[in-house]
Amino acid sequence: MLTYIDEIRAASARLLQEGAVEMVVGFRQGSQPMMNEPCLIRRPEDVDTLVWDSHCGINLTNYLTNRKEKIAVIAKGCDARNIVTHIIENKIEREQLYILGVPCQGMVDKRQIAMRVAGEITEVGESDTEIRVQTTRGEIQTFAKAEVLQQNCTLCTHRNPVLYDALIAEAVSEQTVDRYTDVAAIEAMTIGERQQYFQDLFAPCIRCYACRNACPLCYCPTCFVDEAQPQWVGKGQDAVDVMTFHFLRAYHCAGRCTDCGACERACPVGINMRVLTKKLEKDCVNNFGWEAGLSPDVRPALDTFNLDDPDKLIK
Amino acid sequence: MLLSNLLEYMGIERNRLHMSWVSSAEATKFIDVVTEVTEAVRALGPNKYFIKDQAKVA
Ligand code: SF4
Ligand code: SF4
Repeated sequence: MLTYIDEIRAASARLLQEGAVEMVVGFRQGSQPMMNEPCLIRRPEDVDTLVWDSHCGINLTNYLTNRKEKIAVIAKGCDARNIVTHIIENKIEREQLYILGVPCQGMVDKRQIAMRVAGEITEVGESDTEIRVQTTRGEIQTFAKAEVLQQNCTLCTHRNPVLYDALIAEAVSEQTVDRYTDVAAIEAMTIGERQQYFQDLFAPCIRCYACRNACPLCYCPTCFVDEAQPQWVGKGQDAVDVMTFHFLRAYHCAGRCTDCGACERACPVGINMRVLTKKLEKDCVNNFGWEAGLSPDVRPALDTFNLDDPDKLIK
Repeated sequence: MLLSNLLEYMGIERNRLHMSWVSSAEATKFIDVVTEVTEAVRALGPNKYFIKDQAKVA
């Protein structure tokens, strides 16, 4: 994976030079370790700022919404699925995009690493299988990448981009995992236990909306939580308002979420709100055989009606 | 359906959410639905969860 970057830079420079695209959306080194940030490159001589390592978790589809120019975008499996969703939802045209597909081996969870080291992390390096961090105390520690991946990456079943113009490297093998053990555990709880579980889960939420802002699906010009007329939901820290926000945001992602993990990664207090979107995802798979973002030519589950759709709710 | 599943998942009993289409010409169906809804909800008792206290008006 460490060699991907040469190919990414070469392809980006070529596309910019040929004038095939006006800009490249990729990652550059962040101001803090393990926090690569998105960047827009417009000149071929700037492609060397692009980086690729295990800290490129942010979903770049967020930077394509309603763009008008021709863009090359570097897309992991999950980004590619969100790009497909963007195309379906008319947020960008397929013809505007040159998708540089990156077969992905998962992105690391900076929180897990930070929790396992003493002191602040000052430097991070990696090999194909290991992450090496150096702290303010001068200690060096290494972790096996497989052990510090983001949870959604350990469960990812579409690591290879589903839609691309060129692949940066050979496809990686896909994992076969049970994606929904955490959802099943909550489903097995009694009603009372679930109420408690969700109250506890969202208690630390500070309503910063980082989860929403990081989400490529949350592109509404005015989010329902920001509306004042009518005001759909209270804006304070009231537990019911917080829960309403999370419940409705999740529902707005029904049949669209690809579990890219952007929301959880962005949360400053480490809330796993993905248990809500994953429940919707699981129900979409089980009831409609629908997985989001696999093909721009198939209409989404909530966009179509079939006579054999389950309809037990409506009496 | 996804919505009622998600509500139940979050701890709101399934029988609190009902949905039906009733035409203005279907008086008997309307009665049946209303009866069914009230009985189902009465069986569950008052909901204490996911409810915001009304703002006190002075
Ligand atoms: S969700 Fe899949 S494609 Fe996306 S970063 Fe994780 S492993 Fe890669
Ligand atoms: S990012 Fe975390 S703290 Fe901020 S609104 Fe979302 S869940 Fe709440």
